[in-house]
Amino acid sequence: MTIIAPNLGAAARGTAATRRMTRGANPADRAYQAVVTALALALPALLLALIVELTINAWPSIERFGWAFVFTATWDPVADVYGAGPLIFGTLASSVVALLLAVPMAFSVAIFLTEFAPRWLRRPLGFLVELLAAVPSVVYGLWGIFVLIPFLRTVVVPPLKAAFGWLPFFQGVFYGNSMLAGGIILAVMVVPYIAAVSREVLNAVPSSQREAALALGATRWEAVWMAVLPYGRAGLVGAVMLGLGRALGETMAVTMVIGNRHDISLSLLQPGYTMAAAIANEFSEATTSLYLSALFEVGLTLFVITVLVNAAARLLVWRTAPGRAVGTRAL
Amino acid sequence: MHLATERLTARYHGRPAITEVSLGIRPRAITAVIGPSGCGKSTFLRCLNRMHELSDGGTVEGRVLLDGTDIYGAGVDAVQVRRRVGMVFQRPTPFPTMSIYDNVAAGLRVNGVARRRMGEIVERSLAQAALWDEVKDRLHGSALALSGGQQQRLCIARALATEPEVLLMDEPASALDPLATQRVEELMVTLKQAYTIVVVTHNLQQASRVSDYTGFFYLGDLVEFDQTARMFTNPSDGRTEAYITGRFG
Repeated sequence: MTIIAPNLGAAARGTAATRRMTRGANPADRAYQAVVTALALALPALLLALIVELTINAWPSIERFGWAFVFTATWDPVADVYGAGPLIFGTLASSVVALLLAVPMAFSVAIFLTEFAPRWLRRPLGFLVELLAAVPSVVYGLWGIFVLIPFLRTVVVPPLKAAFGWLPFFQGVFYGNSMLAGGIILAVMVVPYIAAVSREVLNAVPSSQREAALALGATRWEAVWMAVLPYGRAGLVGAVMLGLGRALGETMAVTMVIGNRHDISLSLLQPGYTMAAAIANEFSEATTSLYLSALFEVGLTLFVITVLVNAAARLLVWRTAPGRAVGTRAL
Repeated sequence: MHLATERLTARYHGRPAITEVSLGIRPRAITAVIGPSGCGKSTFLRCLNRMHELSDGGTVEGRVLLDGTDIYGAGVDAVQVRRRVGMVFQRPTPFPTMSIYDNVAAGLRVNGVARRRMGEIVERSLAQAALWDEVKDRLHGSALALSGGQQQRLCIARALATEPEVLLMDEPASALDPLATQRVEELMVTLKQAYTIVVVTHNLQQASRVSDYTGFFYLGDLVEFDQTARMFTNPSDGRTEAYITGRFG
């Protein structure tokens, strides 16, 4: 028995249309694809170039000080000896203070906006919170110097010292520029980021989850606590990590209020310094090549820490909710 | 009669979804609510445990009497109403981050049941929902590892755990395969010995199989309410007859 394919003859001869069809995408399409691919590859290449460049420039310092660079506290340009311990400590400490203040506030804002606010209030209020992210950081710095620090000095610190002065965190005389001021400024700056992402996460929690909890006789707050927050927890972790990333790298506002002293102190009332602030402040004064190289190494360290924080965030998200929780994709 | 509605009207943004529905639900029986899509049957159900008012623009007029008390009356707490009138939804809605045990215990926790009594209630509820034998060895495993039908029975167990008097079921089997559907239907028939059940269903065969009473909704009106056997054999309204014989819907 033979199978008859009526159009075989025509197809085998090959019309112009079939040839076009079998040749794949048309030239414009291929050109477009090539351009997009090149651009997409350019970004990772840029990242690699950045790492290589930082490492090359930091190399004299890395060779000279080794691990001591990270663990020692001496920063003496006159003697050409550099240890970035206080900078690393200051960066981490100010970010932790910022998160401690910002996370409860940002989550509260997000929960209020998605669960409790009257509908007409949600958009304008959400917009205003996000507007905080649009304020240039130098403006926050100015606000910190002229409003926040006087306020802390006259209103906040005296009772704080009276009540908790025995804690190591509130030792010493408060002059204004301090880890506390830096942490608060950072908190104000990262709240809009954390709040905006958290709000999106909570909005993405299906209303069936809320209703399931309410139908069991949960109050609105219990429904949030029992169903909404757990459902969105991966995304909420992501929101916090986004805020942490911002806090670690923020430069201008911090350097204006943190005091810029190469010193490690547990007390929040004492001045400190951060990696980003040190780079920005000292680049123009870096007279020796080793000084410059040390600053490059500070930059490299900051870069590595930021990458580690992001990697840790992803790991945390994957482990708490492998692939299914809302907000996972935003990371 | 311990659950009844009197001239119940529910609206979304002022537009009525059901109009002046007066209906008495027989205790310890299954009442089915049928009707074409958009006829207001789910809205009606959601009025019975004050879930409708949580919808965007949802308002209610008229009365819903639970043991003689208007649940929309002044001084009545919606949260307390929902503890007495449980609800099962169309799609299974287990809490994904909780274990099987914690899912069933969720309602107990918000109701302040003592921890030491919890294990016993969880076991009883799962047994009532005919799920105990299937999950007793993995109570602390994820609820999401269960099949769709098991998840729905888990949600039924969760609703039963708080010992409601009335159980509302909004198309509880429409997302399930035929076997799982059959199990849920069998379960409903067992549960009516202890609970008053109101079930919204799209599936006329299901209504005729499991229910004792049936209400037919059309365009927001309760067209007819009668014993299921009578309604399916000898409906008094032409629209009911047209719907149950499949001429529209």
